[in-house]
Amino acid sequence: MKIVVCVKQVPGTSDAKIDPETKRIIREGVKSILNPFDLYAVEEAVLLRERFGGEVIALSMGPERASAVIREALSIGADRGVLLSDRAFGGSDTWATSYALARAVDTIGGVDLVICGKQAVDGDTAQVGPGIAAHLGFCQATYVADIRAVTPETITVQRMNEDGYDVCELAFPAVITVVKGINQPRVPSLRGVLAARAADVPVWKPADIAADLSKIGLDASPTRVVRTAPPEPRGGGTIHVAGSPVECASRLLEILQARELIQGGR
Amino acid sequence: MRITDADKPLFTNVWIIAETVGGAIQPVTYELIGAARGLADARGSRVAAIVVGGEADASLFAYGADIAIVVNGPEFVGFNDELECASLNHLIGKYKPEIVLCAATARGRALIPRAAVRTVSGLTADCTGLAIDPETGDLLQTRPAFGGNIMATIRASNHRPQMATVRPNVMKALPPDPTRKGETIREQPPDAGVTNAKRVIETVRGGESGVNLADAKVIVSGGRAMRGPEGFAMLKRLADKLGGAVGASRAAVDAGWIAYPHQVGQTGQTVQTALYIACGISGQIQHLVGMQSCGCIVAIDRNPDTPMMKLADIAVTGDLFEVVPALAEALG
Repeated sequence: MKIVVCVKQVPGTSDAKIDPETKRIIREGVKSILNPFDLYAVEEAVLLRERFGGEVIALSMGPERASAVIREALSIGADRGVLLSDRAFGGSDTWATSYALARAVDTIGGVDLVICGKQAVDGDTAQVGPGIAAHLGFCQATYVADIRAVTPETITVQRMNEDGYDVCELAFPAVITVVKGINQPRVPSLRGVLAARAADVPVWKPADIAADLSKIGLDASPTRVVRTAPPEPRGGGTIHVAGSPVECASRLLEILQARELIQGGR
Repeated sequence: MRITDADKPLFTNVWIIAETVGGAIQPVTYELIGAARGLADARGSRVAAIVVGGEADASLFAYGADIAIVVNGPEFVGFNDELECASLNHLIGKYKPEIVLCAATARGRALIPRAAVRTVSGLTADCTGLAIDPETGDLLQTRPAFGGNIMATIRASNHRPQMATVRPNVMKALPPDPTRKGETIREQPPDAGVTNAKRVIETVRGGESGVNLADAKVIVSGGRAMRGPEGFAMLKRLADKLGGAVGASRAAVDAGWIAYPHQVGQTGQTVQTALYIACGISGQIQHLVGMQSCGCIVAIDRNPDTPMMKLADIAVTGDLFEVVPALAEALG
């Protein structure tokens, strides 16, 4: 099975602090990390290769330093990686990003399965996985929590929704996006880390993926950010409640009832 | 599709994609209609509810839709992304809506990005504000970015339709008017072919995996201080009395006290409930970004100085193992 796993470099907020004045995340000195959901995608791809054979290719788009997340994928078992990096890709929204990634999958050729994390934690859109599927005309399943069966022609997955889950069979080629619970990602071995560090990660330009230049980058992106502003402050300050447990409970209830947030009580 | 200003008048009306589960229209549908109504009135156009793989009923009109367009048939078994998307794109090509709104549910977030790519439309996820720019008539879409620390306003001036998703409980449904009537149009799904790649074999509702945080009005959430699964059983009793769901911090999920679908935060779910009760959750940034847009935040903690207690609208200083049962008791 030939599997492409899409990974993204995102700002790590694990040690982020909020500026008490501006209420924004302090980004200075915040390191970049592999999007947490993508780790599950890589692990699932490697597990599938271990069971069924084949190849796992880690694919990313971003600045040159984004090769770090491809090396991270290599360190836990991806066979090789490709980075799309060029100024022409800059400013791509999810439409243009999924186009470029789809072109790369097509260029790699013979791909049976594309695996993505369910969403990236910086944009939170969850649009790129289905977008890749749409550009390629592949079948898709999102929020996959378990792979139930694999045959030469199909993959059967359990996917989550608000009310429970469903089980569906997809004909290859397909795109799946995976949730955190699907596996327990392995810790890279020292040997894996060293090999990943030494690995050659080719950088592909638009011409390498035969990209239509009118479909990549900022100019090709349908959406445009026109302004940003701090969120409305929560306002009202904090009401402090203390006392005995019964006093706390009845005071809290009183406030919530006055705000019509709960009914009932006695 | 990509357009010029001269093409803009070709695209009219505001569409909402009705959310159905097992044939039943979900409340978020009425919230979408409420949002669409305001936009359509600003544009002098109409609201159409699109029902793919389900049936329309009078409630769509009562809540403010003018038209319902239905595509249904025996081939719609479970949620079939490819089939529903092909039907939706067929309708978009035929009727040329100006705006398409969809719920940011598991189904919506799978369906609409696929449709947006195929129709070459701009799509903005998880909008908390939608308005019409009085100068250009474009849809201004506001959404939280960078974990809710910045609000970004986005537009797609050169593409139609303009597409956006909205999470449940963010927009307001209008009061229903049962005397309001509308027109129902039936359309056929496009010829199959691309659509037989998927087979939905089984659909399971409820159970532990089915915790519905996105749809909940109230979430009672616990962290490391819950000490174990018994602590979450106590939160469940309170949540049940409030008609809500149980959430958790990553620490509690990683400790194995409660299953992952309950996790709120950066690697869990982002929620926007009317009421969020955080019990013994200190408020690490990864948790806060997942719940800080909730309407009213209550924190219960022994330590009054945690980030969560500072963020909260109501901070209760006390032992949650005493306060939570007292609250459940007071609710009767």
